Amino acid sequence: MQNGETSIKKALEKKAAYGPDIDLNKYKVIRDQKVIDKLEDAPKDIKERMESVGITSSKETERDGSIMFIDNKVSHCSNKAPEGVEIMPVKKAMEKYEWLKDYSWKLVSPDKDKYTAKTYEEDADGTFVRVKAGYHVKHPIQACMMLGTEKGMQTLHNIFIIEEGAHAEMISGCTTGSHADDGVHIGVSEIYVKEGAYFSYSMIHNWGPKTSVRPRTGIQMDKNSRLINNYVILNPVATVQSAPAAWLNGEGASCQFNTICLAHPGADIDSGGTIFLNAPGTGAEIVSRSITKGGRMMARGRLVGNAPGVKAHLECKSIVLEDGGQTLAVPELETSFADVDMTHEAAVGKIARDQIEYLMSRGLTEDQAVGMIIRGFLVGGIKGLPQELTDEINDAIEKSDLGH
Amino acid sequence: MHMLEIKDLHVEAGGREILKGLDLTVEEGETIALFGPNGSGKSTLMAAIMGYAYCKVTRGSIFFEGEDITHLPVDERAKMGVGMMMQRPPNVVGVKLGDLIKTIAKDDEEILRQADEFRMDRHLDRDLNVGFSGGEIKRSEILQLTAQNPKLVLLDEPESGVDLESIELIGEKIHDLLYNTELCSRGMSKVNRCVSALVITHTGQILDYIGADKAYIINDGRIRCSGRPTDLLKEIREKGYKECISCRMVKLP
Repeated sequence: MQNGETSIKKALEKKAAYGPDIDLNKYKVIRDQKVIDKLEDAPKDIKERMESVGITSSKETERDGSIMFIDNKVSHCSNKAPEGVEIMPVKKAMEKYEWLKDYSWKLVSPDKDKYTAKTYEEDADGTFVRVKAGYHVKHPIQACMMLGTEKGMQTLHNIFIIEEGAHAEMISGCTTGSHADDGVHIGVSEIYVKEGAYFSYSMIHNWGPKTSVRPRTGIQMDKNSRLINNYVILNPVATVQSAPAAWLNGEGASCQFNTICLAHPGADIDSGGTIFLNAPGTGAEIVSRSITKGGRMMARGRLVGNAPGVKAHLECKSIVLEDGGQTLAVPELETSFADVDMTHEAAVGKIARDQIEYLMSRGLTEDQAVGMIIRGFLVGGIKGLPQELTDEINDAIEKSDLGH
Repeated sequence: MHMLEIKDLHVEAGGREILKGLDLTVEEGETIALFGPNGSGKSTLMAAIMGYAYCKVTRGSIFFEGEDITHLPVDERAKMGVGMMMQRPPNVVGVKLGDLIKTIAKDDEEILRQADEFRMDRHLDRDLNVGFSGGEIKRSEILQLTAQNPKLVLLDEPESGVDLESIELIGEKIHDLLYNTELCSRGMSKVNRCVSALVITHTGQILDYIGADKAYIINDGRIRCSGRPTDLLKEIREKGYKECISCRMVKLP
């Protein structure tokens, strides 16, 4: 941020490198929203939307911490494991901890594009999670980001710090309220995984068919840390453009990006990710499984080997269910070291007829067979998917009427 | 009423006519062995009975228990009672054997309990056929068929790619499948088979376990000769298919 505020002001007009451009002037940031003291008391329509993205309300006890944003307002925050977890709005955390400024806007640059610049300019609040050194979170932490107003724009800035030797699982559920559809969600997330720490972070999306989504994520990983990032979009959406970046700066760090997407008709999903393997012995894997059912699906992935002895694999697999859908896999591998093991695998095609008929010959209808193969394609072979997430995915596939 | 009746069946696959007017009937409880050189149309016949899309019926018809199934989809045939053991079934990544069994079996708990008898208990959590050995594929197929409970089973080289120890297990399990007690108890004596079978075999080994009532030699898309399985096998071993086919007139039982 050496250039300071002028470059950020300029960046407010800067289009992103990928994805359709959004005219942010059409949308307004809503700061005033309802407060929900207890999630179980949330209105029924909000509850339903929360639950569709893995955010529980009635069984809140199964979550070690919960936070919820409706538009730009913190609507709820509760903590069941204060001994090891801190969860609060970022702004409050910034007031509480002087040192937090060293973590803010360090992994995502405010002048990256108009979406980060807007979030910066809004001085957006967001979720702060800190898991203290050595603490193992028993139940997942949950964060719900809900776009609550038609023509609304949600800008959030999150900071997660998983300290030395800590273990944590977190679920972010992103969704629209029942009265909102046309809207923009921008979420800037900065994630720090310290030495020996483990972080499993799953994002489940259930937006409206007119919602545009622009997450901006940066991840820093120290020695022997491990991160699994799951990104799941199975419901209709207008446009998504996401390209998290991870810097594996400590020896032995390992990072895995899993993306599971279903592009409905009219959807434009551009999902990528870059992992920089900056230290010896680091490992990375980018796995993308997508299905287009008439929508457009871009699966990008880039692995950069900046140190000897790194191991990295990239896998983009896509099924085109119907003509008219478009899919493009762009795998990139880059290094200037001889001693690296970096591979990629990309496959695009339809579901093999012989597999469908094989299952049908056991008495499954064609729809059942296609559904079973798609479920297997999307979640099978991906390591580290939490069971709860797999169940959510199966449920969403069941509802999305994929057989035809 | 015949279990299966095939009349003047012509089938195209891969742009070529493979079956050229094949006639065949299978009675309830009857096991028929099919011999014939590679490429003669044996597997295509089974695939056509099951209804796989790559086999295009251009003429003739297939009746199952008196009903014309020539143009029925695969799953409807399966539900009527046709079951197939493929020689090389496809890999289905992400679909676990145990999950498929749960979907198809009427009493899935019972079948899953039996999985260890098939030596497949440790495969229930594995993706269907992915990395399975020859014997594992066959045992998985029979386990699935057992769950499916068919009236007619199509067995495409059940002993191919299988070690000797596995052949015994596979033979016994197919035997159990054919002497299906649930179907047999419908008024029939338990010693009689009541599940019908077509079995393709090159070695005849499987017949030591399941027996066969009749055998046919298929060549160039038609049935060329018939006889007792042991006689035909002996003749093929001694003289080869060519001799056997040329010296016999087409004579259907």
